[in-house]
Amino acid sequence: MPSLDQIAVGSKGFITQIEGEDSTSQRLMEMGVIEGEPFELLAVAPMGDPLEIKIQGYRLSIRKTEASQVLVQLT
Amino acid sequence: MNEINSLSKTIRIALLGNPNTGKTTLFNALTGLNHRVGNYPGVTVEIKKGSFIYQGKTIEILDIPGTYSLTPRSPDELVSVELVLGLNPLEEPPDALLVLADASNLDRNLYLATQAFETGLPIILALSMVDLAESAGIKIDILALSLKLGIPIIPIHAAKRKGLEELKSGIILIKAKKCIPPIPTFPQVVEDCRGLIRTQLGVKLGDKGSVFLAGRLLLETDEFLSKQLIQKFFLDLSSLILECREKLKASGINLISIEAKSRYAWIREMLAPCVRKPDKKLVAWTDRVDRVLTHKVWGMFLFFLIMFLMFNALFIAAKPLMDLIGDGKNYLGQSVENIIPEGMLRSLLVDGLLEGVGGVVTFLPQIIILFGFLAVLEDCGYMARAAFLMDRVMVKCGLSGKSFIPLLSSVACAVPGVMATRVIEDKKDRLATILVAPLMSCSARLPVYVLFIGALLTDGYPMWFPGLMLFCMYSIGFVTAPLAALVFKSTLLKGKGTPFLMELPVYKRPSFRVIFARIYEASFSFLKRAGTMIAATMVLIWAVLYFPSVSSLGESYPDLIAKAPTQEQQDALLLEWKKNSYLGRAGHWIEPAVKPLGWDWRIGVATLASFPAREVVVGTLGIVFGLGKDSKDERQLLEILQKARWNDDPNQPLLFNVPSAISLMVFFALCCQCVSTLVVIKQETRTWFWPTFTFVYMTSLAYLAALVTYQVGMLLL
Repeated sequence: MPSLDQIAVGSKGFITQIEGEDSTSQRLMEMGVIEGEPFELLAVAPMGDPLEIKIQGYRLSIRKTEASQVLVQLT
Repeated sequence: MNEINSLSKTIRIALLGNPNTGKTTLFNALTGLNHRVGNYPGVTVEIKKGSFIYQGKTIEILDIPGTYSLTPRSPDELVSVELVLGLNPLEEPPDALLVLADASNLDRNLYLATQAFETGLPIILALSMVDLAESAGIKIDILALSLKLGIPIIPIHAAKRKGLEELKSGIILIKAKKCIPPIPTFPQVVEDCRGLIRTQLGVKLGDKGSVFLAGRLLLETDEFLSKQLIQKFFLDLSSLILECREKLKASGINLISIEAKSRYAWIREMLAPCVRKPDKKLVAWTDRVDRVLTHKVWGMFLFFLIMFLMFNALFIAAKPLMDLIGDGKNYLGQSVENIIPEGMLRSLLVDGLLEGVGGVVTFLPQIIILFGFLAVLEDCGYMARAAFLMDRVMVKCGLSGKSFIPLLSSVACAVPGVMATRVIEDKKDRLATILVAPLMSCSARLPVYVLFIGALLTDGYPMWFPGLMLFCMYSIGFVTAPLAALVFKSTLLKGKGTPFLMELPVYKRPSFRVIFARIYEASFSFLKRAGTMIAATMVLIWAVLYFPSVSSLGESYPDLIAKAPTQEQQDALLLEWKKNSYLGRAGHWIEPAVKPLGWDWRIGVATLASFPAREVVVGTLGIVFGLGKDSKDERQLLEILQKARWNDDPNQPLLFNVPSAISLMVFFALCCQCVSTLVVIKQETRTWFWPTFTFVYMTSLAYLAALVTYQVGMLLL
């Protein structure tokens, strides 16, 4: 299963798992990045990091380090 | 009796909401400008407290900083949570919570609301951006949702003053109505464990031992609250908490994800019958704009264009206003000189007080322009995109994209630059940015560079040389600031900060009212809190340069100067007086320290005297090189500097050569000779520790760099 930092711009899918048991993963989940949630990778910043995803109807900027903790299933 | 009466006439509300929901706008709209910053020890963010009177009742509002969740992970967030739960000893517990939610993104906004529901306090829910939600095709049946949750829900548009009356009357009724919403359901075993902890909390904290607090203790990852509980209330529940967690794990509950999962599931269940989302996903206008503004080529081009405009406005548009303030100051000085006879009082008024106050007001044009720009960029939603674009670069020096604009602004002036760091949520990032902002080459360094390059590095050099020197001087800041940030972030401010998760808000037209409020607030807080301190320091510096004003023969210098027949004698007397002043003596005293930099005592004094502001050094050099106070002719100063000899002794070598001139400029590039910056750092960090630290580290850095420059330069010569 790919993680959020490995997929191409424009990909759509849903979140399958948030790895890690730290406050980062807890914060991600509070922001609505939870299992089963559909998302779209909207853009990558010009210098390659961070990413812009659409989730829960809003746009979230997330760095690749954190994105690598988020496993996704593409549709 | 009276006191009880007046107490019941006051309703205390805490205002909660996610960032970017328009919370500050609502707070300002409710309280007008009638608010002040609360003083809670250890807090670096501003927590504002305001009040208004409605139907004979006083309503006090505590503006809790914008957050996505009430899970405390830092001392700042802990104070917010304490205030909401009524556990802060400095503040009465709130009577009710006002939660502001963005209607266009209700699911995520209600996450924080569900946490507020668990406090057991009455709740009023205000919805902002209802128009945005509608244009995105989201329909909310507010009445149905209000019935379902059992709380008043009021749509508002604070910038247009819509819904405020309804909100105010809702607040008035809140105590009587006791609108307490249901709380999210968790799996039974979680609720049981939470119940156990709550019972134990209740023994010590009574009603304040809420379901929310019990749940937080059960599910927190870093034991932050547990430790606080032991420290502040001598209540150690750690063994019970661990036991409960084991029980949850045994039932197959994931301690990390259970809270978010349960809350979001409950929110969906509540919203399902009341909110209709569009069947077909409309490609939002914001998404289309973003494709351009975050584009590899166009996005970067537009970003640099906007930065260029802002930067030019700071430099160019502020200039005439600053000149105007300077002229006004001089005019006032002239008027005072015409009215008051020569003497100490006149000197205090003109050279001390007026210079001090004028020095403060001079910053206003830049603050107004910068904060005007920032308010527009922030309110229309571009600020987050700027941070998005620049994040990668800033990560390299241990910061985030949000530090870019404050640092860039510091190239014009560190005072507004330091104030602009308020947009950085991460405490360590913000502090690191504040500490290095004064290293950026600000406009006050320019007169120093121009003077010394003009005097010593122009004649006899190729035409391109002065320009190259100026460029090198400016580069010192651009190179040192990121390096220093990296050093601070990997030593003093080390540690895993908060992950850089940032919402990119929907683009909208900026509201004039919001922009005006931001500018007003920035200027007012600068004038009120920093201004007095800056002016006072200026007067202090005046005093140590004025006293003692009596010569060794017991004659008063001002009288001697007044009696002296020629200008030359007057200038010589002025020099003698300044040499004899406390600051002058200090200059002599530090001469052994500055000699290895290639400076004699006169430069030492000029440097000391320029503590209030770097550009003052030009004027002070005029005095110590015997040119008198108002050396209008800079050309004359240039010549004198070129011809100056060590300690004014004709047998000594020339004072300035290339290494000593560069050493002086390097010193001014890196030092923190700027009272205003230091005072603003105090204002923003709420402690004298950080300005002291900034001054010490920058002065040491400047000294070392100047020392190396001179010594290496002399070896090469």
